[in-house]
Amino acid sequence: MARYLLTRAWQSALTLLLSTIVVFVGVRALPGDPALALAGEDRSPEALEAIRRHYGLDQPLPVQFAQYVERVAQGDFGVSIRTGTPVSSMLTTALPVTVELSVLAIAIASLLGVGAGVLAAVRRGRPAEWFANALALIGLSVPHFWLGLLAILYLSVATGLFPASGFVPLLEDPVDNLHHIVLPAVILGTGLAAIIMRQTRSAMLDSLSSDYVRTAKAKGLRPRAVVTRHALRNSLIVVVTVVGLQLGGLISGAVVTEQIFGLPGFGKMTIDAVFQRDYPVIQAVVLLTATAYIVINFFVDLLYSVIDPRIRVTGNPA
Amino acid sequence: MTVLTVPMAETAVSVTRRTRVLRRLRRNPLAVVSFVVLALAAAVALLSPWLAPYSVDQTDFARTFAPPGTAGHLLGTDDLGRDVLSRIMLGARASLQVGLLAVATSLVVGVPLGLAAGYFRAWDAVISRFTDLLLAFPFLIMAVGLAAIRGASLGNAAVAIGIAQIPGVIRVVRSDTLRLKSLDFVAAAVVDGASDLWVLARHILPNATSVILVQATVAIPAAILGEAVLSFLGLGIQPPAPSLGTMLATAQQFAARAPWAAVLPGVVIMGLALAFNVFGDALRDALDPKGDRR
Repeated sequence: MARYLLTRAWQSALTLLLSTIVVFVGVRALPGDPALALAGEDRSPEALEAIRRHYGLDQPLPVQFAQYVERVAQGDFGVSIRTGTPVSSMLTTALPVTVELSVLAIAIASLLGVGAGVLAAVRRGRPAEWFANALALIGLSVPHFWLGLLAILYLSVATGLFPASGFVPLLEDPVDNLHHIVLPAVILGTGLAAIIMRQTRSAMLDSLSSDYVRTAKAKGLRPRAVVTRHALRNSLIVVVTVVGLQLGGLISGAVVTEQIFGLPGFGKMTIDAVFQRDYPVIQAVVLLTATAYIVINFFVDLLYSVIDPRIRVTGNPA
Repeated sequence: MTVLTVPMAETAVSVTRRTRVLRRLRRNPLAVVSFVVLALAAAVALLSPWLAPYSVDQTDFARTFAPPGTAGHLLGTDDLGRDVLSRIMLGARASLQVGLLAVATSLVVGVPLGLAAGYFRAWDAVISRFTDLLLAFPFLIMAVGLAAIRGASLGNAAVAIGIAQIPGVIRVVRSDTLRLKSLDFVAAAVVDGASDLWVLARHILPNATSVILVQATVAIPAAILGEAVLSFLGLGIQPPAPSLGTMLATAQQFAARAPWAAVLPGVVIMGLALAFNVFGDALRDALDPKGDRR
């Protein structure tokens, strides 16, 4: 177990270093002088000189990289070219929105996906399975941002059940907050739900035909108990695995969903930054996403080894 | 002697296997329907420059936002009075282009790396770190970065999606290579003195084609959805070039005046993705040696 943890920690640290290098090099691949890009409107020679000195652009590359890492580690992502506010304070307001949206989406997707997956496996060959399968295929194929668009047009605007856009912070008014974020979370969760459903179904089919389930049935356990006590435990692993694997898709999906519903999160900040050529923000967004991905996946692996004892022993997912 | 007969046996096996797979596909109504849909879509996409009733750029400011069913414009017109049917046809063509381009990118890079990772132990760790690195940049973030560096375009969108799909290709090719490497006919070829490159090209790659094929059929719809997202956000195909994603972005802008404009482009994207996904499922089932387990 300790060896597995150490290996994973070392691998994550290495990936983190590599992705930082990629972002660092990527910024230097921007067209033109980085000082010009960072300067924004004020392009006087003095301002450019000050920027070069502040960012160490006159130093050799390895030195620049070390300085960059040092600044980032202290939470200094520079200053937005457009608004002049520090990128770190923009992140502090934007991130909670995205985290709430994603967590809620994962929760909804897990409930729907596991439920439909178990139903499909238990009702094998019946209309319920066919229906659940069809729904999952559609969930995989539908463009979520389009669903969001239709939901706004035909649900929010037409019926007024949900607000079409806007956001209220969770701590300010939890009920109103939920009212604003539940529809985007459902939309964001559909694709994830479809993947969880398909994985749950096939994991359930495997475990329903396994020896320990046959034993449980043979000793007279009621079918419902067999499903909930034995087979369902495995679906926890499925959910954790799928969330780990689909994290990238979830982050991408959150960006689009926020854009459609006008949620002031990380995604909206990203898209605005691209169109305003706000390079310090883009750089911070890319680096932060990579870091989040690596760190979360490390914890997913830890969780994984807690849920599935086989991994603790062999060091490999079975 | 064994070395001579083994490859022949392999060939014989693959021929009967191919007919069996094709037979299974023909007997699956969903596979047939999705294949027909895809063939039609491909035909329309290829011929769209000639099939489209209007030029995609032809504006008619006297007739903007004509609803579907208007005489002369079967699916209506958009905010500039351009024919929606024509734009959907060429938009679908662009979707398929990006889908194929992205998947081609991921295969060209992913297949050799997957083969190397599975075959040479020493390379495995290095390639795994490379995979981890790629995974850390979700396709949208990759597209954001590429758009910042090189500008937004169809090509850059396809490259961003393709790069993001490389890890998936490496994973399936690597695990199939590991499986094939342990089989007798590969060992026989190695004993016979075949070089690593020969074994990979002649024995492992041909036998890994089915997993690569399945991976490609699930990657294409993902790429099509990705293109729609990027174009919708303005990071993909640039107006005035027709794209289903940008059509939806316009529809959102004018939703109050023409709510129907948000429906059709989405239905076409979903139809394309659904056909690929259904066919991919059927193909995987047909290739599954365990047979009738769905």
